[in-house]
Amino acid sequence: MTVNFTHKQSAHCESGVISNLLRFHGMEFDEPMVFGIGSGLFFSYMPFIRVNGIPVVGYRTWPGQIFKRFSDRIGIKIVSKKFSSEKTAMLELDKMLDKGQPVGMLTSVFYLSYLPAAYRFHFNAHNIIVYGKENGRYLVSDPVMEYPTEISHEDLVRARFAKGMPEPSGRMYYPVKLPGEYTLEKAIWKGIHQTADHMTRIPMPLVGAKGMKYLAGRLRRWPQRLGDRKAILWLGNVIRMQEEIGTGGAGFRFIHAAFLDDASTKLQNEKLFNLSQQLTKSGDELRNFAYYAGRVCKNRKSDTKTFAELGDMLEACSLREQAIFSELYEVSKSR
Amino acid sequence: MNKEHVPQDQENLNEGKLAKLYYATDEKGHYVKVNSIGWEPETVAMQQAWDVVNDEVKDALELVLSGKASPLLYFLKKNIMTTSLVASYVGSIGFVVRLHCYPFFFNRLSPKMLSKYAYTFRITVEELTDIDRLKKNDR
Repeated sequence: MTVNFTHKQSAHCESGVISNLLRFHGMEFDEPMVFGIGSGLFFSYMPFIRVNGIPVVGYRTWPGQIFKRFSDRIGIKIVSKKFSSEKTAMLELDKMLDKGQPVGMLTSVFYLSYLPAAYRFHFNAHNIIVYGKENGRYLVSDPVMEYPTEISHEDLVRARFAKGMPEPSGRMYYPVKLPGEYTLEKAIWKGIHQTADHMTRIPMPLVGAKGMKYLAGRLRRWPQRLGDRKAILWLGNVIRMQEEIGTGGAGFRFIHAAFLDDASTKLQNEKLFNLSQQLTKSGDELRNFAYYAGRVCKNRKSDTKTFAELGDMLEACSLREQAIFSELYEVSKSR
Repeated sequence: MNKEHVPQDQENLNEGKLAKLYYATDEKGHYVKVNSIGWEPETVAMQQAWDVVNDEVKDALELVLSGKASPLLYFLKKNIMTTSLVASYVGSIGFVVRLHCYPFFFNRLSPKMLSKYAYTFRITVEELTDIDRLKKNDR
């Protein structure tokens, strides 16, 4: 059973899946719009959580948050199901496909055979849409891919029931109440407001624009603290979190700037366009940081001076973002 | 980022399967979508992460071939897993899996446990237990 499904590529998987699913149901939201209304942008540095001994750096909110916030603000209802048995999970999926309903689901990247091998780490919060079944293979719309692809039954089962943190447990979801009651203007302002609020006003040193400054301070001391090899590994991790697939470049800053740009035309607010351009500049600086950090990683030599310079660059980004999001907070406060 | 500046570095790890989407600005500063086949710093960072994995696999293989570790350790590293992750797949605990990485305990495993491990790594039990095959692959 195959449904007529339009696949559009997107930069980030979560907002891409929402955008594609809603398009099928006749609601046109571009990816940046979803990302912005869902307040996807964030920064957090969590040295106390480590993956393979490397501290977690995040340029966005927790997985699942964009989904929740967006559906709340647009007033749609999404049913999400979890399964304990692989068999019922696949049966339920087939049932939905027979009804002609594309289904979004949480998967582990490791088992998605259509992705290039280099991307297949154990990352368990990747969102894809399954929209059909042909000759025992499932038709998949993976938002980060250019074109729809397909996957075998066994791979999909493994991807849906991967273990580790966070466990997908065969989770699948689809919108039921559509279209919701909402005013776009209000939703956009709410999205802007929450992002700005979280970036500037959480009184903790590890999150938001302050978190970047904190990381910059820590980063300067990595060579003394960790030694060459580890310092470079940790730095490489920062670049990966910022630039790898699903970020749209510069750790989601460009997606959010695209959202502000879009919002400025929709709300006819010149100020937002101005701020979008500022955020673009800040994103460019982050790209610059990644470029120099990449060079350090390539030469495999960490000396204190380069790390101090990298720290300065990151701190400059932190200050710039603090200013931009404070202004966004002021602009969106009165709405 | 201006749309002309979106990097298109030929040296990448995408195997030609993927061109990522970027949001970039046009002349007036409005955003458009541009595809990019790769960017060097990202490739470097990713390659570096894989180098770590490959080093660990190599070390594990040496340990297995010299009889200091069981093949389980090799397949565990090859699948980029940790003992606790494997444990949650086979319904055990990390410490026990770590013990099974030693030949002494591995050689005493029940066929049922072996098949559980084999299923996790998507191989057959013969492939899991056959050290000679690993030797051949090594050469």
